[in-house]
Amino acid sequence: MTKRFRTPRGTFYVAVHSLTCAIARGEFCAIVGPTGSGKSTTLNLIAGLQAPSRGHVSVLGKPVTTRSDNVGYMFQTDAIFPWKNVLQNVATGPLYRGASRGEAARRAREWIGRVGLAGFEDRYPNQLSGGMRKRVALAQTLINGPAVLLMDEPFAALDVQTRTLMENELLELWSGTSASVVFVTHDLEEAIALADRVLVFTAAPATLKRSYPIDLPRPRNVTEVRFDPHFTQLYQRIWEDLRDEAVIAYERSKEITF
Amino acid sequence: MSDPKRSPSDTRIPEILTADEQAAEVREHRRYWLERLLQIGVFAALVGGWEVSARTGFADPFFFGQPSGVAATVWRWAMRGTPQGPLWQHVVVTLEETVLAFCLGVLIGVIAGFALGRNRTLAAVFGPYVRMGNAIPRVILGSIFVIWLGLGMASKVALGVTLTFFVVFFNAFQGVREVDPNLVNNARILGANPHQLSFDVMLPAALGWITSSLHTSFGFALVGAVVGEFLGATHGLGYLVAAAQGAFNANGVFAAMVILSVVALLADALVTWLERRLTPWRPSTRARDI
Repeated sequence: MTKRFRTPRGTFYVAVHSLTCAIARGEFCAIVGPTGSGKSTTLNLIAGLQAPSRGHVSVLGKPVTTRSDNVGYMFQTDAIFPWKNVLQNVATGPLYRGASRGEAARRAREWIGRVGLAGFEDRYPNQLSGGMRKRVALAQTLINGPAVLLMDEPFAALDVQTRTLMENELLELWSGTSASVVFVTHDLEEAIALADRVLVFTAAPATLKRSYPIDLPRPRNVTEVRFDPHFTQLYQRIWEDLRDEAVIAYERSKEITF
Repeated sequence: MSDPKRSPSDTRIPEILTADEQAAEVREHRRYWLERLLQIGVFAALVGGWEVSARTGFADPFFFGQPSGVAATVWRWAMRGTPQGPLWQHVVVTLEETVLAFCLGVLIGVIAGFALGRNRTLAAVFGPYVRMGNAIPRVILGSIFVIWLGLGMASKVALGVTLTFFVVFFNAFQGVREVDPNLVNNARILGANPHQLSFDVMLPAALGWITSSLHTSFGFALVGAVVGEFLGATHGLGYLVAAAQGAFNANGVFAAMVILSVVALLADALVTWLERRLTPWRPSTRARDI
């Protein structure tokens, strides 16, 4: 598939070019690539928030035309509703999808417990820490039982300790579901520690450069797995690829500036 | 689980202030009282200066009034009624007009702003006309309304509505336009239909913009009522001003002004309370507190 945008000067900016890839059911797939390489655009295309200019996207064998009930999306910046408390935020999805108030509240409480926020049901987002807000977002997304979970650098804004905690929690929650995950990150370590497969994207226009299977054993602990010698090997191999693309992207950014 | 629940005050430092902290607190305290004192000083200097110039004949009290005279007039009006009837009657009429104009203006403004914010075609078609309407000096419309609607309450309410509508309209419109696209996308992914998107996401997101316009629009509603009364009425504080002006009673004009200010301040406090009720998720900072 290809996605291009009209620039104000009337030319086209190609964000994603001839990208072809398939993600298996229940697979945890991480996408890494230099900044501005169309990773977020790819997620928006899968989510049906934008339509591809050419080609198509299928989820569970059905072509994506508009938003689908099977997709969950965790955004890079906070997207939980500031005027709703934790319980109302988590219950939003079920309510939109036609659950009764009681049913939605019951399921929301269950998920709030699962992400470790029991007792915080009636707090508003501005009363929570960054990590807690991410947990709310995670519960808000997972409560709908998505078959495909899209994550756009969800933990980028967190400090390292909170981030590691959240990564482990994500793996634990994910292992209890059969969801496929597409996890966009700029952090190669995070990608390898979490994923079954790492996709390296080229500098814009983005396309798939190479796909690396990550054969580290599960269940994983993201802190411990980083000391695995095989982790280091994988990291070095993928980094070579990624660095070349990062250099290209960097050179281009300089061209535009000057 | 016990960790995040620990309250910030539950630290292991003994609750006794150090000498430095004590000194800082004393300084803070002194500064507070100094500021209050200066505040009162400014008032005393202004009003005192006015009174003294009136008594010494530097400023003729017939034209400029004098504070003691103003105070006496307020007292007389409150106790024995104005030449035009009991004071409370005028206050009630003005308040009634203001509140009616405010409610109608806010209602129409929110609905129109929201509709135009949500619908690009509507915005493109009506946008220029709304801007043109806003460019009209609306106080002039007061005369037209008096001709159309008579000396009663309707003409004042109509003028107040034309003043409040635009403030609320532009805020509601902007509020809907500036909703974080991430929130909208998130709601869409979570399964919101267009109706839910409007009333469960757009409206609450715009509510912050709308409530912040309530202060200004209440002030405009009051201006509408008073100016309307001034142009032609049988009751109201604006009518009192006009009557005092007609009798060349400077103290009367100032007295009506003082009463109007008190009413406006009380009403503003009411709007602040309303604002907090409408947006309870906001951090409890006091907005617009100088």
